[in-house]
Amino acid sequence: MTTARAATILLGKELQLEFRTRELLTTTVIFALVVVVLFSFAFEPTAAESRRYGPGLLWIAFLFAGSLMLNPSFAREQANETLDALRMAPIAPFAILLGKMLANFIFLAMAEAILVPVFAVLYNVSFSGVAGRLIFVLALGTFGLVITGTVFSAISAHARMRELLLPLLLLPILTPLLIASVEATASLLVDQPELDRTWVAFLAGFDIVFLTASWLMCDYLLEE
Amino acid sequence: MDEPRSFHLPEREPAQNSAGIVFDKVEKHFGSLVALKNVSLEVGGGEFVALLGANGAGKTTLLRIAAHLMKPTSGSVTITGAMTSRSRESGNAKRFIGFVGHSTLLYDELSAEENLRLFAELYSLEDARERVANSLVACGLASRAGSLVRTFSRGMRQRMAIARALLHEPRLLLLDEPAAGLDRQGLGWFGSTLERLRNGGCTVVMSTHARNESLDLATRAVLLAGGRIERDSGRGGDPGVLLAELRSFQSAEA
Repeated sequence: MTTARAATILLGKELQLEFRTRELLTTTVIFALVVVVLFSFAFEPTAAESRRYGPGLLWIAFLFAGSLMLNPSFAREQANETLDALRMAPIAPFAILLGKMLANFIFLAMAEAILVPVFAVLYNVSFSGVAGRLIFVLALGTFGLVITGTVFSAISAHARMRELLLPLLLLPILTPLLIASVEATASLLVDQPELDRTWVAFLAGFDIVFLTASWLMCDYLLEE
Repeated sequence: MDEPRSFHLPEREPAQNSAGIVFDKVEKHFGSLVALKNVSLEVGGGEFVALLGANGAGKTTLLRIAAHLMKPTSGSVTITGAMTSRSRESGNAKRFIGFVGHSTLLYDELSAEENLRLFAELYSLEDARERVANSLVACGLASRAGSLVRTFSRGMRQRMAIARALLHEPRLLLLDEPAAGLDRQGLGWFGSTLERLRNGGCTVVMSTHARNESLDLATRAVLLAGGRIERDSGRGGDPGVLLAELRSFQSAEA
């Protein structure tokens, strides 16, 4: 079986489990909304301030939401040691990782689809005319976040204090991604919006490097 | 719950149905703890090996290494026989191994049918729908096919775990305390399933620290103690002596 086919089967399983339990999506969306609303109450930003600080606040909300969402990704395979069953199946180990990455990407993208319009209203920011480019930047940044987050979720799944360990491991690694995502998003909120190709190239490079690294190391990541 | 029936078993000659396993000087360390010490054991195709030993003897570690779930610290494990040259080249021995562990290896939030269908797809089984349906009938859960596994009793989950392990018709079956949670009817069903597997040439390695009826099917008994093989009735030897010792030890304990 090809890796893509196995990853698709496992993606289907992840979606089925999540839409049945709604554990991750509900908590993540509520948490991210609370962060965005609290920031808006705390700063009461003007339109100019929103354009200046908004992208940073938005991506910090995504980052917090992501670290919350990614934590149970592997932890919930531990209840009945179901990861063992997946590891014994005649599929490429990377398919297990890829299936989870794709599922996490869909979940976080859904959370962002709710969060961005709320952010636009609360911070009086308009994304009209740049929606396509914004989605492109969000997709690149989100994919980088879920690649690294899923990998570190696999690493921290066996740890006793995994809820604390994941953000501690993840946030420093994601700092370059955060800077690039914020800068690329900010370039779309100026008076003459133009996508900053340097930061977009950086985001794409980050995604490719970490995806390749996870493919190379997946045997060790999934090992006991 | 329905009356459990027999599993559909592949129509192959016993010789084709077999795969063996060779442990060569296997050691496993967990930090300073040595779980297995220089274990060498050759299990031939079609053997039914009862792996005996007290808690902590190393039975689970040995089975997990055999199931490719754990790598030995040193030494090697090789699956032998019954493999095509292609599968041997790709190292895809997993296709021939079935494993029942301490946990059910099932998703609680999926139904019985969804669980089996997921693994049927991952093993690229042809006629997956029919096999899943037959497995559910065989483990007596056809009428609960749509129920979530979390609503099942311990015994029903264990039957599902066994059904999952047999779904892809493995040639090497690794069982780690498989009778846990099964009631009298379940034990009878499990024993008859194992007997049919053994007669069909499937190699079985079953660990237990407690006496149960299915041990009578064993063609060989191996006693582990402190991570070492302490005694081995050997291929073609009589496992009865070791099994009788286990029985008398437990009677004395009771």
